[in-house]
Amino acid sequence: MTDATNSDERIKEMSRLRRALIRPELGGMVGCVAVFTFFLLSASDSGMFSSTGVLNWSVVSAQFMIIAVGACLLMIAGEFDLSVGSMIGFAGMMIAIFGVTLGWPMWMAILVTFAICIALGALNGYIVVRTGLPSFIVTLATLFILRGFTIFIPQTLERKTIIGGISEASQGDWLAAIFGGKVLKGFFAWLGDIGMISVFERGNKAGQPVVDGIPMLIVWALGLVIVGHIVLTRTRFGNWIFAAGGDAQAARYVGVPVERVKILMFMFTAFCATVFAVCQVMEFGSAGADRGLLKEFEAIIAVVIGGALLTGGYGSVIGAALGALIFGVVQQGLFFAGVESSLFRVFLGVILLLAVILNTYIRRLITGER
Amino acid sequence: MQPIIRMTNIEKHFGSVIALNGVTVDFFPGECHCLLGDNGAGKSTFIKTMSGVHKPTRGEIVFEGKPMHFDDPREAIAAGIATVYQDLAMIPLMSVSRNFFMGNEPIKHRMGLPFFDHELANEVTMNEMRAMGINLRGPDQAVGTLSGGERQTVAIARAVYFGAKVLILDEPTSALGVRQTANVLATVDRVRKQGISVVFITHNVRHAMAVGDRFTVLNRGKTFGTATRGDVTPEELQDMMAGGQELATLEGSLGGTV
Repeated sequence: MTDATNSDERIKEMSRLRRALIRPELGGMVGCVAVFTFFLLSASDSGMFSSTGVLNWSVVSAQFMIIAVGACLLMIAGEFDLSVGSMIGFAGMMIAIFGVTLGWPMWMAILVTFAICIALGALNGYIVVRTGLPSFIVTLATLFILRGFTIFIPQTLERKTIIGGISEASQGDWLAAIFGGKVLKGFFAWLGDIGMISVFERGNKAGQPVVDGIPMLIVWALGLVIVGHIVLTRTRFGNWIFAAGGDAQAARYVGVPVERVKILMFMFTAFCATVFAVCQVMEFGSAGADRGLLKEFEAIIAVVIGGALLTGGYGSVIGAALGALIFGVVQQGLFFAGVESSLFRVFLGVILLLAVILNTYIRRLITGER
Repeated sequence: MQPIIRMTNIEKHFGSVIALNGVTVDFFPGECHCLLGDNGAGKSTFIKTMSGVHKPTRGEIVFEGKPMHFDDPREAIAAGIATVYQDLAMIPLMSVSRNFFMGNEPIKHRMGLPFFDHELANEVTMNEMRAMGINLRGPDQAVGTLSGGERQTVAIARAVYFGAKVLILDEPTSALGVRQTANVLATVDRVRKQGISVVFITHNVRHAMAVGDRFTVLNRGKTFGTATRGDVTPEELQDMMAGGQELATLEGSLGGTV
């Protein structure tokens, strides 16, 4: 607005700084700064910021990020998925059943599991858009159904609820490496050689760096965050995601295929849950019937800390990723700081409340809500 | 001149309820045709048969000289019949630019991938808004920060930009204040001068008289015919809407405030 005569006297001019700051991610950014400051002051000598310490909380944060990206886009599209946690347990168990019990090649077990889980996500979405029921209820049903099968199937086939042997079954498998491997190994060996990170001093790993590469889990997390952010903010489909969650009827009137958008987002959430599950079983070498418990709420909490509106139509993938980072750093940081672990929940509750209050204030500034 | 839409003896039954009982109206390019009627008169049903939401039970619709059979609203929009609904025009949480291009996002290719062309969208939005007399702080301003009248104006500008030949406005002024109403009426006038046929639905005679070229009153699913500007007084329109007597006596005691 350059010419003053043409401007509306009632629209207040905003300074550049203010405009740059007032964005949906602001709450997440402030939270990150606060959390890191807190732990730098209280736990800097505990090894939290050594190479192994950083890897420790990075992996935990990356796990939250993977499911938060899916939950974030789905929430912006106006829906919830409470079956994420059960889907993680179910997907892990399917890989174990196919790859270990049935002895399929691991790549086939992984691909078939992806197909099944994405189809289940589509079914969730289809039921929601066809019945018009709240996704809260529909996916709550899926939560119980999938968890039930995750316990029932291995008990029937193997008479146990934890199936191991996945590491052996995935030796040399090209697809398993994409989820369970590490990258930049040479770089970390070099860092160890020049003394940037510490190396093992004794044992059969002597001379090797204590952190020997970036787990693929972290690569997946960053990849999903970047792709999710670009799709949401820079594509036509991203505009439809906002529109579907902002006001489905208004979106339909201008020709946005709201039903298709929502079903695709349910499928994407299921995809993210499956990525999480595959990375997890590759890391642990086993699948357990209790895996992924309460993950749906942790994903939703990360998304809400990241500035998304629970009722849809507003949010940010970067914000959700920051929310996941806060979550991971607090969970692991309290351990490093030697704080009683039960206080984690107190911390989490306080952060959640503060973030939501700040986010609501920011959102009102942006959208003019009252 | 040939009418852009001619609706002949339109009837619409919902089960045993007769919502429209033989309505005949024609609409010309460049005119503002006001459809007046009290609640339940059949105005909404009538415009929904025009915009492809309902199929008429009986009667004929001719659009640009050809019989029209739209199966859903998207076909009607594609043909150039746009409807601006009172509450459902815009999404408040989204920016003006995102709203403007919602469902019609411009695409540019980067490395072979289709991306939302935000630069084009922002530029067009700012220009179109300026032409309508609305000064935005920026194209990324959320629609929620606009007034009700401004939202209607954005919705009208959007319909016009995307090639509407017939613009149906469903009670655009009924929830607005005086100044906002004036702005929307000015917008209607501007759009009409571009040669677009404006169908203006209202139950407020004063708003209708301010911009209307012709007036059709619906009452209990029927029309009393169409009057041209100058041939009819506001009082006559008011009486036709109320179906005759009651309002005339009421008006005497209220001193013409209805």
